[in-house]
Amino acid sequence: MPLRIGIVGVGYSGFDSMTPGLSTRELMFEAATRAYEDAGVDPRKDVQSFVCCTEDFWEGISITDEYMPDQLGAVLKPLCTISSDGIVGLATACMHIMSGIADVVVVESHSKISDVVNPDEISSFALDPIYDHHVSADPRFVAGLEMARYLKETATKREYCAQVAVKNKKNALLNPRGVHGANLDKKAVLNSKVASSPLTELESSKTIDGGIVFVLASAQKAKKLGNHTVWINGIGWSSDTPWLEDRDMARAVYAEQSAARAYKMAGVRNPATYFDLAEVDDTYSYKELQSLEALKLATKGKAGKMVESGTFDRDGRLPVNASGGSLGVGHLLEATGLHRVLEAVLQLRGQAGRLQIQRAKKAVVQSWRGIPTATGAVAVLGN
Amino acid sequence: MILSQKITSYPGHEITPEDVKAGKYLDLVYKFEPKYSWAAGVAISRFLAELKEGRIIARKCMNCERILVPPRMYCEQCFRPTDEWVEIKDTGTINTYSISHVGTDARRLKTPILVAVVDLDGATPGMGILHNLGEVEPSKIKVGMKVKAVWKSSSERQGAITDIRYFRPIGEE
Repeated sequence: MPLRIGIVGVGYSGFDSMTPGLSTRELMFEAATRAYEDAGVDPRKDVQSFVCCTEDFWEGISITDEYMPDQLGAVLKPLCTISSDGIVGLATACMHIMSGIADVVVVESHSKISDVVNPDEISSFALDPIYDHHVSADPRFVAGLEMARYLKETATKREYCAQVAVKNKKNALLNPRGVHGANLDKKAVLNSKVASSPLTELESSKTIDGGIVFVLASAQKAKKLGNHTVWINGIGWSSDTPWLEDRDMARAVYAEQSAARAYKMAGVRNPATYFDLAEVDDTYSYKELQSLEALKLATKGKAGKMVESGTFDRDGRLPVNASGGSLGVGHLLEATGLHRVLEAVLQLRGQAGRLQIQRAKKAVVQSWRGIPTATGAVAVLGN
Repeated sequence: MILSQKITSYPGHEITPEDVKAGKYLDLVYKFEPKYSWAAGVAISRFLAELKEGRIIARKCMNCERILVPPRMYCEQCFRPTDEWVEIKDTGTINTYSISHVGTDARRLKTPILVAVVDLDGATPGMGILHNLGEVEPSKIKVGMKVKAVWKSSSERQGAITDIRYFRPIGEE
């Protein structure tokens, strides 16, 4: 039996480089208000559990979970915060529903990166303090290391990575949430400044502000709420060893594992032909290729060539990051996974506007927690 | 060190206070220096701007009719946007207090810090501000004591919670 948890409401706010006019909590209130309106629920009466996905260092407040209840309507209600990507928050909400302790659960995550003056200090601080922190370069050197190994092992052509950035930034031009949309060619991407070789600046997603809220419900409850439920049919998450030196740098093994679990739960046997769209990790250009191979949407070493030939274009056989992904829309820290789910949900509802993929019924969504982690999650969605 | 029935020894050796003194153990010191510039947002920005003018402002929720301080653009009880700004008084009542004898560096303080939650007049009862008390003998402080804000001069005020120096008793119960 596949998992059957309904996404009955979505709401978002921000999606801009800076949101100086709103506090983090006001940004969350906007997103929450829209999600509850969308689902037709009153958080004070109808919701039994709230899950937030935040990191203290990104917020700049210790024990930041304590500042979450008010703006979500969660005062004196069960609330917990998970310091991981939003899709892990969705998984937690699914468990709350499956355990029977709740039939409606809210999941929230946000980025207020414009409040952080020196984000690199925080990313660097995630490196092992004794073994790795001595490298004082921009932490994207970790992405450079992965990319170099991926290119070598898969014999992927360098320009195929650039094509990922070209595709996603172009897609984002049609997305009202697309902060970093652009019409570029591969040459411009390859000739942009090198961040940490072989990775260039235009192949690195840029962080933006935004808040995202989902309302999840049990299958029984979902039938009574709204009329555009999107189902979570499978979900999985996984963490590899933190030792950068001891991981398989060429592969996203955490994504392979997460996908295997989510596919098994959802009864997906042939992922390469099963889905109508995919929203996958593209924090950096090569990550999309690595992720597509981990998700078995491309065979190992073939993702680049498929991107180049247009298989993953908006009008291709399997649109990948038709939203523009993180390269085109922007990166939302721990809310990035929820952003990918948001884009997939709008597609499956037929509400994606100019981005709409015709007859979209099945989607796979995958997230990565970013440098220097090897943690990710996958969700299989259907309408 | 015995870890479990199966694992009866753990590699390494236990550190003694003598080892520490002799500098035999290794560690690594790093000063983490994240920097933030938090956007205060709609409600708190206005609150701070009003403090600069020597006023305390709150938000009213027309649904539950509470006057909320610190002000917020949403009512956490009703889960709806709040409706209007309300100027409240800079006088109030000590809800609770504590006399702190320990500084943030864990040292004993020669002059204790007088901390209080003050329920502000004009706000819904039970809502107020966390601040310092001044011009009062610590032994004379009582729950229920009436107090008033002592402001910095207008030229010194900069739109911060410290534009109020402290609250002092106003001699009526």
